[in-house]
Amino acid sequence: MKKALSFILALSMVVSLTACGNAATSDSAAEGTEAAATTEAADGTTFKIGGIGPVTGGAAVYGLAVKNGAQIAIDEINAAGGVNGAQLEFNFQDDEHDAEKSVNAYNTLKDWNMQMLMGTVTSTPCIAVAQESNNDQIFQLTPSGSSVPCVQYDNAFRICFSDPNQGLKSAQYIGENGLASKVAVIYDSSDVYSSGIYEKFVEESKNQNIEVVAAEAFTADSKTDFTVQLQKAKDAGAELVFLPIYYSEAALILAQANTMGFAPQFFGCDGLDGILTVENFDTKLAENVMLLTPFAADATDDLTKKFVETYKSKFNETPNQFAADAYDAIYTIKAALEEAKATPDMNAQDLCEVLKTAMTTITIDGLTGEGMSWTADGEVNKAPKAVKIVNGVYTAM
Amino acid sequence: MNKTTKSNFITYGMVIAAYVIMQILVGTGSVSSLLKGLLVPLCIYVVLALSLNLTVGIMGELSLGHAGFMCVGAFSSAVFSVVTVDTITNVAVRFTLAIIIGAIVAAIFGIILGIPVLRLRGDYLAIVTLAFGEIVKNFINVVYLGIDKNGFHFSMKDSVSLNMEEGSKVIINGAQGITGTPKNATFTIGIVIILISLFVILNLINSRSGRAIMAIRDNRIAAESVGINITKYKLMAFTISASIAGVAGVLYAHNLSTLTALPKNFGYNMSIMILVFVVLGGIGNMRGSIIAAVLLTLLPELLRGLNDYRMLIYAIVLIVMMLFNWSPKAREFRDKYSLKRLFSKKNAQKEEA
Repeated sequence: MKKALSFILALSMVVSLTACGNAATSDSAAEGTEAAATTEAADGTTFKIGGIGPVTGGAAVYGLAVKNGAQIAIDEINAAGGVNGAQLEFNFQDDEHDAEKSVNAYNTLKDWNMQMLMGTVTSTPCIAVAQESNNDQIFQLTPSGSSVPCVQYDNAFRICFSDPNQGLKSAQYIGENGLASKVAVIYDSSDVYSSGIYEKFVEESKNQNIEVVAAEAFTADSKTDFTVQLQKAKDAGAELVFLPIYYSEAALILAQANTMGFAPQFFGCDGLDGILTVENFDTKLAENVMLLTPFAADATDDLTKKFVETYKSKFNETPNQFAADAYDAIYTIKAALEEAKATPDMNAQDLCEVLKTAMTTITIDGLTGEGMSWTADGEVNKAPKAVKIVNGVYTAM
Repeated sequence: MNKTTKSNFITYGMVIAAYVIMQILVGTGSVSSLLKGLLVPLCIYVVLALSLNLTVGIMGELSLGHAGFMCVGAFSSAVFSVVTVDTITNVAVRFTLAIIIGAIVAAIFGIILGIPVLRLRGDYLAIVTLAFGEIVKNFINVVYLGIDKNGFHFSMKDSVSLNMEEGSKVIINGAQGITGTPKNATFTIGIVIILISLFVILNLINSRSGRAIMAIRDNRIAAESVGINITKYKLMAFTISASIAGVAGVLYAHNLSTLTALPKNFGYNMSIMILVFVVLGGIGNMRGSIIAAVLLTLLPELLRGLNDYRMLIYAIVLIVMMLFNWSPKAREFRDKYSLKRLFSKKNAQKEEA
């Protein structure tokens, strides 16, 4: 009796789990089969684009956003007749935010005869995969791998800013606009993104006559109490606190600064995008916070509006910057393919050759920037948009 | 040839046969790139499973920090390789030295942990190794190490405070870890390391020291009463186990061009993963560990076709396999319908006829 009961319990658990999974994924699954049905054709008649990113585990939110954003772009392009008359086929593989699994995913895609790679989403796996794709000479465009070595080879390009670039741009922005002369930095030393921005910021601050009066670190294991760091910043007389971190910690910092009566200016990077959607966070605290971000979901231009609408109707959530990066990545690949007059019967190595040159000549107006262009070293040129939160919405500065 | 020797030779033969078959398949080009890419990781996990089985199965103590030893071995050897990549151009020499360094550093940590902890009775080793794994991972995330013509620079703050001169090279860059490790690990080297680990472990088990270690596991008081030096033998087994795990780390570091100490690859989960290989393959059973490590590493990759359900199915398969292997009812069932028995029954019937 007991055994039967436990068996039934276990069974019901499995069923409920699958049901949960179903609700969330039925949309994308349905699309996947649709896309497969319309583009099912022999090799050589479609462009095969592979994608890699974490769709399970702790970083799944980024991978899912990229997967969904890219899928929207693929569907749009296919509905409009494809690229150079050929349809696009998209295959997204999970890497669990692990370098080793990422290489496995890459090899899986190679078995699928992938012709170019849109990925990977996170930096560490991206470095490992870039090594492999360079060996095989497969064109790689990462939407969001921001650390420097991600694009160290000539076959790799990226859509987002590199980490040091963000630090550089932030310091320049603060210096050129005379926002403050005494700056405190609070950053996550255990995070590649955060420490990458921080180091370049400190380096550039010397050229901009900014004095970094306090540089306080925290780690992933101690990211709930920031009073010590804030107190040091306050004692050092900081006029501006630079936060090159993600929004969930930034929300805590803003709340704790408010409690202790410390009211400097706050300045952040694209990681702060999303701070207005934190649950139980008083958005008044984020008033006058400035951030450099390539994408704001509530921007009013037509492209963003259309993308956000489609994304919301398909996936029931507001797209973040990662989704926008992926959307732009797919359109960038499209533009590069058109520029190179590529045909789907070319093999990956030939495509890589022509795309490498095409990438440096194209210019794209995308969700994450206008007039994006690329240099041969893989870095993107686009102007960062600085926004200020006024009355609970992003306002251009 | 006695029974143990025969069993040992079956294990060696199995590894060599797997190697020969894979080489032939790779040579004829009938292996997918996924499987080709998985060959080195498979070797790494097999070595790890063997190493932990020595601690858990033969010594009878629980170690929850094997990923920590792996991490130590990986980082020490990667630092060596990155520093000497331009000076020692002979790959074979450099990689052999890297392996030796990884093994020695991990062994030293094994001794440091073992001396105080292995004197105690009870589950203290599990607690201490668990802490060790976490400490190593977090420590490496704040280490900055650079080299210029004045020598090494070390900092725990950030790479700017290394104060290095022009033309310097940052080796360990905090949370960003080590990038640019040469990709030297190959399937052949992996198999050689498996065979060496097997040789060391199987010979240890069948030696005088090995019997002493197992006597301590089975009855500590009885072993003590006949004059076996408990700490010495335990330390011996634990150090060997740690250094083999370190070698697995060396392979890991030289298989990917990026090495970071994330919870995913060197954290608690990894230690548990290795323990799962050992438990599923059979505690104390080296051949079982090899098979379990290979199967469980392949499984999530082979399940990629299931997309979103991949990890769910993987977990279920794990539970089912565990039940099938170890639940008393399942064992009863297996004994009843096992092939061996079926054949012997038939033979018996034949003889009667």
